[in-house]
Formats: sequence, structure tokens, C-alpha cells
Amino acid sequence: MEILLAIVIGGLFGSGIYLLLRRNPVKLVIGFALLSNAVNLLIFVCAGLTRGVPPLIPEPEIRPLAEIADPLPQALILTAIVISFAMLAFTLVLFRRTFETLGTSDLDELRTTDQ
Amino acid sequence: MRQSLILATATRYLMPMLLLLSVFLFLRGHYLPGGGFIGGLVAAATFSLHAFAYGVKRTRQILRLHPRTYVGLGLLLALGSGLVSLTTGDPFLTGQWEALQFGALGDFDLGTPLLFDLGVYLVVIGATLAILLELEGG
Amino acid sequence: MLWSVLSAFALALCAPWLVRLRPAESGWILALLPAALSLYFFGQITSVALGVPVVESTPWVAQFGIYLSFYLDGLSLLFALLITGVGALIVVYAGSYLAGDAQLGRFYLYLISFMGAMLGLVLAGNLITLFIFWELTSISSYFLIGFRHREEASRAAALQALLVTAGGGLALMAAFVLIGIAGGSFELSVLLQQGDLLFAHPLYGAIVILVLLGCFTKSAQVPFHFWLPSAMQAPTPVSAYLHSVTMVKAGVYLLARLSPVLGGSALWQWSLLSAGALTMLLGAAMALGQTDLKRILAYTTVNALGTLVFLLGIGTETAIHAAIVFLLVHSLYKGALFLIAGIVDHETGTRDIRRLGGLVTRMPLIAALASLAALSMAGIPPLVGFIGKETIYHAVLEAPVAASFLIVLAVLANIFLVVAAAMMTIKPFFGTAASDLDAHGGHGVSAAIAAGPFLLAAAGLLVGLFPALVDARLLTPAAEAIFAQATIVKLALWHGINAPLVLSALTLAAGFVLYSRGAFLARAAQWGGRLAPWGPDRWYRASVSALLAGARAQTRVLQHGYLSLYIFVAFAVVILLGAIPFWLQGLPPLAVWTEQVQFFELIIALLILAAAAAAIRSPSRLGAIVSMGVIGYGIALIFIEFGAPDLAMTQFIIETITVILFVLVIYRLPSYVELSSRSSRIRDALVATAGGVLMTVFVLAALGAGTESRLIDFFAEETYPAARGRDIVNVILVDFRAMDTLGEIAVLGLAGAGVVALLRIRPGKSASRRKS
Repeated sequence: MEILLAIVIGGLFGSGIYLLLRRNPVKLVIGFALLSNAVNLLIFVCAGLTRGVPPLIPEPEIRPLAEIADPLPQALILTAIVISFAMLAFTLVLFRRTFETLGTSDLDELRTTDQ
Repeated sequence: MRQSLILATATRYLMPMLLLLSVFLFLRGHYLPGGGFIGGLVAAATFSLHAFAYGVKRTRQILRLHPRTYVGLGLLLALGSGLVSLTTGDPFLTGQWEALQFGALGDFDLGTPLLFDLGVYLVVIGATLAILLELEGG
Repeated sequence: MLWSVLSAFALALCAPWLVRLRPAESGWILALLPAALSLYFFGQITSVALGVPVVESTPWVAQFGIYLSFYLDGLSLLFALLITGVGALIVVYAGSYLAGDAQLGRFYLYLISFMGAMLGLVLAGNLITLFIFWELTSISSYFLIGFRHREEASRAAALQALLVTAGGGLALMAAFVLIGIAGGSFELSVLLQQGDLLFAHPLYGAIVILVLLGCFTKSAQVPFHFWLPSAMQAPTPVSAYLHSVTMVKAGVYLLARLSPVLGGSALWQWSLLSAGALTMLLGAAMALGQTDLKRILAYTTVNALGTLVFLLGIGTETAIHAAIVFLLVHSLYKGALFLIAGIVDHETGTRDIRRLGGLVTRMPLIAALASLAALSMAGIPPLVGFIGKETIYHAVLEAPVAASFLIVLAVLANIFLVVAAAMMTIKPFFGTAASDLDAHGGHGVSAAIAAGPFLLAAAGLLVGLFPALVDARLLTPAAEAIFAQATIVKLALWHGINAPLVLSALTLAAGFVLYSRGAFLARAAQWGGRLAPWGPDRWYRASVSALLAGARAQTRVLQHGYLSLYIFVAFAVVILLGAIPFWLQGLPPLAVWTEQVQFFELIIALLILAAAAAAIRSPSRLGAIVSMGVIGYGIALIFIEFGAPDLAMTQFIIETITVILFVLVIYRLPSYVELSSRSSRIRDALVATAGGVLMTVFVLAALGAGTESRLIDFFAEETYPAARGRDIVNVILVDFRAMDTLGEIAVLGLAGAGVVALLRIRPGKSASRRKS
């Protein structure tokens, strides 16, 4: 399973990087989304996979009964998901405004700041 | 955006349930999967559904406050919950708990982490809705 | 002592407000603090004279040996008294000098924060603390020189002073770090006990050269002297305070301060001696070529700074006495003369000595004060300047090397000083004015504006008559701090007929002869003027413009403006750096199958990969967005499968909202056309493939290295007892690592605010300009 997921991560990174290098802003944003998914999955997989044991403490115990999945990377990823959504929204809106204001859809045409 | 009758009707019945789900997810967060982030996102999704069905204007009326006010309130609440621990000499954001007895209803632990989570809940609702409503509004 | 520095900064912040409240009296009110501080330091004289420095220390960045420590000995005390005492006079003077100026509040803000910084500099007991105050003085000097910031010349002079002194500051920082390494501490109280240690250290040479660079730039030694005359663009109170009495002496202070630690070697003594001698002579000579009162004063200040460094370079007991005496002497007469130059400028509208004349009838008091200060400068008894010159001659005659050569230099420089003093007073006050000089303007000399020159000039006379007022209590402890041994400064007007007295007489006579030969002087000045364009100012200008041209050129190359090229370079470099260890050391042991793949997991993985391919290849925006959604849901399923229900729920909702977001924006975005050429697509595909392969190998290597987490046990044990929660992930978010979460929701809120702001700003100038 690890090898399969490693290949999935590689695939997501590759396509994310490729899209990030496009001159079309929409593609860039989608590349950004793929890349943040790839990073989240990377952290998740690198922390080690434990099938089906969520990090919960059942009533009325005071500690988990079995070996649990590592909770720390999960906490990191949870916030990362929300933050990358916020950044994605910001980027998307930024490009929308750029398009509305400057009327160009080619990032290569946005070379100076003072037009 | 043209309003769809089906969507509007469905939303009328879905909305209370979804909001209830949101609060439920938020409240059980300390014991089972859920919490401020998830609950807040569900609520934000619910309100954006409402905006699709009835238009942004009416959604803003339901919300009463501008989404950014929710963000501000949430941040203040989270920050304030962290300050509580300073009064007992613990470092910033150390959890403080108080056991409340409700007689027949049972006992309930109230702690600053819950207030902190409420802050997270409000910020997530506010920020997500600020983005979505602004975009839906045109 | 900490509070004395802090109170100055606090007052600086209140100053603009106070000026707005009581514009007329603000000078007097603000001067209360420096006056009180100088009384405080005055009260310290007795305890410091006992020879035990007062040390205070507050930890600051203790793990790097940085303490907010203060060290008060005779040397710091003398400087502190000058800074606060003259500071109080300057603040009062400026209130009248700049009365009615709309920017007076801002002026006081800069001036008083400078005072705080300068006080911190001389009181600092830790080299890093000292360095910070050192830089603060450079910065406040920058603001004060550029105070009239609408004038091009002011801005240029301010920048020049900043670049020269802050450039030296950089060298000084390096020197301090090296001293810390070599001496094992940044504390002055520690370093002053272990001079021999540094002396034998292999870094000694580097330390000395860097310290000298820092001090010579700050104290305007040749060839770094050129910024000081330009700095006369500043309002006159600033020139008097910063560029004569205090800040420019910071370099001298530091040289004196470090003399016990670094001094004694041939490198140290010869560098100080030669730079000081050259500066002393050139400063005095160049003063004679000037016609602007303030520029004459500036060059004679250069001369004075040179003299001080020169005396420290001689380094004998008598030379250090002479340096300390001259430090006081110079501050008294130069402060007075600068303030008088300001008054003259104010009353007549010019500082040109060729036009000024006959001022004695218009302002007799000022004329008398100017004469007193100038007589002190020329070294005529019974003024303190005479004592200063005598002690200098005495020290130079006793110099261990080349005494006969050095005495010629010293006498020559002092002859020029006599001429300069005469130039500044005789004609402007007692000669005839140019016909076009405004004969009746002026505002009258107020008490506030006359107080400074009066007290300074009177002090010059008083100390000259009664040197016992200062020598044992004030000057002896200061000399001891430099000399690091017991020594006694004993001053007197009359020592009997000896060599210094003869030389003094000779100096005066030669000076008056030279002054009376006006034509000869003018011709010499003309000659000097012809050499001026080849001075270091030219090199300064050339190097600044070369620097700017270089910056422009490299910006053109690096900041090309193609976003995709920036991203390409960043990724290519990261991938290359990431691949190099694998290349050099071979692949580490990679992970093997530990969890069997179940059928539907294989399906999910393939779905994600297929969706990723579709996102790239899709011809439509909608197709790409749907593919993105598929990837997100696929990852959510993986989260469910491997024990992360919280993540899965978050991912599901976020993915839904993201799709909504895209749908809302999509029709306002450009269509999904392919813009890149085939060759750049191939190039990008290569980098992307390399990145993907590298990450796959990276994951496998990381898993192969083992992933034992020691934190799992902590969270498993502590979550319920300590945080009363059962969902460990959520407890981490809201309790164990709540600080992180607080930061994250703040970012979230900011992003929301950013989006709202972006959408609310309607197309304004930029769009309309584009259309037109």
C-alpha cells in the first residue's frame, strides 16, 4: 500500500508542478490545489499508515485500547486543508480581479507592476 | 441568479437540519470526530446553499452580522480563552476546566478549550462565508 | 541608568504632542528631562571618582551573551554630562530657533531620541547593546540632517552621512562579534579585565582594523571626513549637538573605551597616530578655505576629532590627559560657536563671512560671547582653550616617537585654528558689512537662544580661571578609565616659562601674521579649492552610482517578470538540491509492502492518478475542476481508510466548498486555452516528472527509515487526564497546540478579509489609464 500511495503522491506532485508552470491563471490555481493535496497526503503517509484505528479514546476508558493512528500529523493536516482553501480562494479572486482590471489572461503579459 | 423552486423548497427543510448537524458536530468534537473546523465548514456550506436558493441578500439578513464580524468575534473569543489561564499563573492558552452540575441532567465539564473551539467555529464560518457570499453577490 | 535612557525615548515620543499643546514653551518643558538627567549624573561624580564603576545589568538575549547592561565610569560620566548638559541647552535653543516651524514636534522627536541613543551608547556595558545604540545615533542623525527633506541637498547629505557611518557600523558589528569570540564575552566589565588575552589572539589584527573602520567613519577621520561638512545641511542646533559635541565623538569615545582592551600594539598606536595627525592638519587647513561660518566650524571640528584620535595614538599618560582636557574644551567653545553661527544666520539671513560685518552694534552680548569662545579656540589665556593647548603641546613634546616631527604638525594645525577663530569673529562682528547685508531685520535675541552660548562660553572662562573645579573630580576618573592605571590630572593656567608656553606664544603670533595676510590666504584657499574635486567625496559619488547601476543590471536579469519562469527556477533548484544526496550517496533502504492493498484502495489510487492526468489534459475549465474534485474526494477516502475520520470530514466539506467557489468564479475567468509553446511544455513536463519521481522516492525513503513517533504515547496517555477529551486530534487542535491553531484561524480571517477587499476595490485609476 505504501508504494502505491507513494506513486499517487508522485503523480499529484508532478501534475501539480506542471500546472503551476502554465501561463493560464486558472491552470495555475488548479495546480496549486493539486500541490496542496499532494503535500497533505505526503505528511499523512510519511507518518506511517495504520488501517482503521482512529485516534479516539472510547468511553469510559482513559487511554486508547489499541494501537492508534498518529494524531499529530492529522491535526497538522486538518488545519492545512482549511488554510490552503483560504489561500486558494484568495489566489482565485486575485486572478479574477486581475483579469477584470487588465483584461489579459496570459501571466506572461503581467510583467510590470505599474501599468 | 434565477431562483429554483425545487432548490428553495429543499433548502427550507434542509437548512435547519444542516445547521443542527453543524452544531452537533461542533459540540461532540472533544469526544468524537468533529469540532470547530468541521462544524464551521458545515455551517458555512449551509449558508451558501441558502444563498444559492434565496439570494445573497436574504442570507446576509439571516446572518444579521457581517461575516467579518464573526471572524473578529471568533478571534477575540479564542484569544480571550487563552488569557483565562494567565489569571491562575499558567502559560497562555493552558486549558482551564470547571465542572458544572445540572442536577438530574448530569454533569458537564466546561473548559476554556471549548471556548477556544467556539472561536475557531466562528472564524471558520465568518471567513468562508465572507469569501463565498462576496463572490455570489457578484 | 536604564531608566535614564528609556526616559529620553519616552519623552521623545511625547514631544510632538507636547509641542502641539504648548508650542511656545515646549523647548523649556522638554529641556527639564535632560537637565534633570545631568543633575543625576552630576550626583554620580563623587561615587565614580572613587574609582569603582557602577554596573547594572538586565538579561536581554542571555543565551547569546547579550545583556542590557550599563557601565558608568569616569569616561562614560564625562560623556553623559556633556550629552545631557549640552542637550538641555540645545533643546531650549531649538525651541526658539525653530519657533513657528510646523515640524517642530517631529524635530524634537528625532533630537531627543538621538539624545537617548547617545546616552545609551556611552553608558552601554555590553558591546551588542552599545552597537544598537551606535546604529540608533546614525539613524537619528540621518533624520536630523535630512530634516529639511524638501531640499535635495539635505537629502543627499543625510544619505551620505548614513551610508558612511552605517557602513562603518557594519565593520564595527563584525569587530564586536570577533571580540566576543576572542574574549569570550560581550560585557565591557569582563573585557576590560583581560586585555592581554585579546592582544595575543590570532583575530587581533582583524578586530583592530574593523574597530578602526567603525570609529574613523563615525568620527570623520580622513579619508572618511567628507560627510561631516555636508552634514551642515542640518538645522544649526543639530550641527552643534550631533556634529560637534556628541555624536561625532562617539568614535573617539569607543577608541578611548577600547584602548585598555586593544591598545598598546604598534598597529593600534600607529593607525591612530597617523590617521589622527592627518585629520588634525587637513581639517584645520581646509577650514581656512571656507567662507560659510558653519563649514568653517565643521572643518575645525574635523580638526578637533583628528586631534583627539592623534592624542589617543600617542597613548602616553600626558597624551591621555590632554585628550580628556581637549574633549571638554572643544565641546565648550565649539558648542558656543555653532549656536552663535545659528543666531547670526537667523538675524542676518547669511552665514557668509565675506558679507557679514559690524554685528557688535546689533548684538553686543552675542559678540562678547563669540569673542570669548573664539579666544578659547585660539588658545588665549585665561580661557580653558589655553590650558587645552598647553596640555596638548606638553603631551606631544613627550611623545615616545618622532616627537620633533609631531610637534611641528601640532603647532601648524593650531596656527590654522587661530586663523579660523579670527576669521569667524573679527570681521563678522567688528569689521564692515557688505553693502547689501540686511541691516535692520532680525527678531532680536531671546533669552532661550542666548542661554546656550552664554553658559557654554562662561563655562569656558570659569574652568580656565579655576581648573580645579573639574580636574580632580571629573577629568581624573575619565583619564583613569582610558589609561587603566591610577593617574592624576592636574591643571593650571601658569606653569612657569617652559616649552609649551613658548610654543603657544609662537602659535598665536604666527596665527595673527597669517590672518593679516588676507591675500595670501585667499590664494592658498584657491589652490586648495582646485584639489577639492579630487577628494574622497568624488570616490563616494562614483561608488554610489556604480552600486546603483549594478543593482539595476542584476534586477533586469533576475526580475524579468515572467511568473512561470520564477516558479520554474524555484522548482528546478529544489528538485536538483533534493536529488543531489540521492545521487551522491545512493538510495537509502526503501519501504516495502507492509499493508496489503485492498481492491477498492487500488481503484481509489488509480482514480486519483487518472483525475490528475485529466486535470492536465482537460480542454475545458469545468473538466479540470471536476477532476480536481475527484482527487479531493479520493484523498478523503484514503483518510477514512487509514484512521483519520476528522480529516476525511474536513476534506469532504472543503472539497465541496472549493468546487462551489470555482463555479462561482469560473465564468469571470479567462477561458482554458493553451498558451505555452510545445518546447516549453516539454521542458515543464520534464521538471514536473522529475519532481514527481523525486517525491515518490522521498516518501519511500522516509518510510524505509522508520517512523516511530514518540509523541503518540504522550498524546495517548495525556489526552483524557490532562485535557478531558476523547478525540485526540481535536484536543491537539484546541488544547495541546492551540497556539498554532490561533495563528491559523488568524490567517484564515486575513484571507477572508483579503478576498473581500479585493472584490470591493472597484477598477480605479489603473483600468481607466489603460483604456485612455
